Amino acid sequence: MPDYPPELVARLLDGFLVTLRLLALSGLLATVIGTVLAAMRVSPIAPLRAFGTTYVNVFRNTPLVVLFLIAVVGLPAVGLLQGSFFSRAVAALSVYTAAFVCESLRSGINTVDPGQAEAARSIGMTFGKSLRIVVLPQAFRAVIPPLASVYIALAKNTSVAGAFGVTEATYQLSNLNRDFPDELYFSFLGIALGYIVIVAVISGTANRLERRVAVGR
Amino acid sequence: MTAVLFDVPGPRARRRHLIGTVVAGLALAALAGWVLWVLWDKEQITPEQWEPFTEPNIVNLLFEGLVDTLTAAAVAIALAVAFGALFASGRLSDHAGIRWPSIVVIEFFRAVPLLLLIFFLFLGFGGPLGTFWALVLGLMLYNGSVLAEIFRAGILSVPRGQSEAGYAIGMRKSQVMRQILAPQAVRSMLPAIIGQCVVALKDTALGFIIGAPGIVRDAERIYIAPQYNNPLAVGIVLATIFIIINYSLSRLATYLESRMRREGRAVIGTEAVAEG
Repeated sequence: MPDYPPELVARLLDGFLVTLRLLALSGLLATVIGTVLAAMRVSPIAPLRAFGTTYVNVFRNTPLVVLFLIAVVGLPAVGLLQGSFFSRAVAALSVYTAAFVCESLRSGINTVDPGQAEAARSIGMTFGKSLRIVVLPQAFRAVIPPLASVYIALAKNTSVAGAFGVTEATYQLSNLNRDFPDELYFSFLGIALGYIVIVAVISGTANRLERRVAVGR
Repeated sequence: MTAVLFDVPGPRARRRHLIGTVVAGLALAALAGWVLWVLWDKEQITPEQWEPFTEPNIVNLLFEGLVDTLTAAAVAIALAVAFGALFASGRLSDHAGIRWPSIVVIEFFRAVPLLLLIFFLFLGFGGPLGTFWALVLGLMLYNGSVLAEIFRAGILSVPRGQSEAGYAIGMRKSQVMRQILAPQAVRSMLPAIIGQCVVALKDTALGFIIGAPGIVRDAERIYIAPQYNNPLAVGIVLATIFIIINYSLSRLATYLESRMRREGRAVIGTEAVAEG
């Protein structure tokens, strides 16, 4: 049996590498899906709005564990979603997080004062111009804090993948506990510290970004 | 429709929207048809898949599981409210020796994944605690820390004149907090607290992973039984049950929130609740 400290570091690195890959991939996919959904939810076309609303209500109210059950056990059992455990976990995390991304974006757009767009149109800007130059820059600013908390929640939610066959950071707790049962506290604190660093990096980046685009109002 | 993005449509825009409605409606109908066809093709829309949910013993099993889940969630929320009140007042304390430990506890449990906490409690204390309490205590620590921040925001949202008036008539800080600030803050926090209940109820499903009693664990017993073998149908039923309960709770929260806003009162909205 190897020594505990180097083994802890090695397994933490292994685990968090997978965690970060899960976070990056599902974050990217969730952002893309969520943006499309948000566009649907604010569109003037009623069926698209209805679809966006239904999607958000369905996926926001389903426990992530149940989505994992469907993506990891249910769909593969009938011959769908046959990829690796990793890709199934990414699928579950993305469709779940997309609902929250959509709501953050929508609430961001809604914070922009309608007078801003009216002013833009009254000086003759086209729809595209008023969107690009006036509405979206302001919406972007309002969207940063809620979006950051969505990504933080996603970082923590990647832990559920550990229970569904992906050897990410949280899985390493039971893995380490099997070989080093006396060191449970250190294993727990080590893994917890890793998540705290990820959370701190996301919220720190969001704060800096927010300050950069901030204007005196 | 968002007023900021669009003007009131004129005749041409209305025509465009009508065309868009027809096209989008057809596309969505095609999507729904395709999903149904795939499920049909994979033999998922058959009596064998769905009949189990009409058998009395299966319905009973799911119902008892649901009661277990709701019990765990209710106990966890009750404990979390107490935990949150304790640490919110700790964080609002004038004594640094109380304030700083409270901040550390709240921030730690908010930043750590709930599942990691539950695993830790299960692996470290699973013997004496049992799976139910490992789950409930994990839920308490996480939701309690989130609630502590909601409580703090609620207390701080009470106009300052209220506490100043309390001090002016000679009340101590604890009296001001108990008799003036807390009663007014509680109402404004109601939507956020209900929103947090939805989060807690969803997270109760995590208990499945350590084998705690609950609807997901009982549902698993259905689909691993060889005579049923219907994991997809079970997953869809589970999701539907949670969606109905959580959607009703969310609607209640938004209703209370909009009623309070209409009455012009301070309100800590559901957006204060951590996502996911």
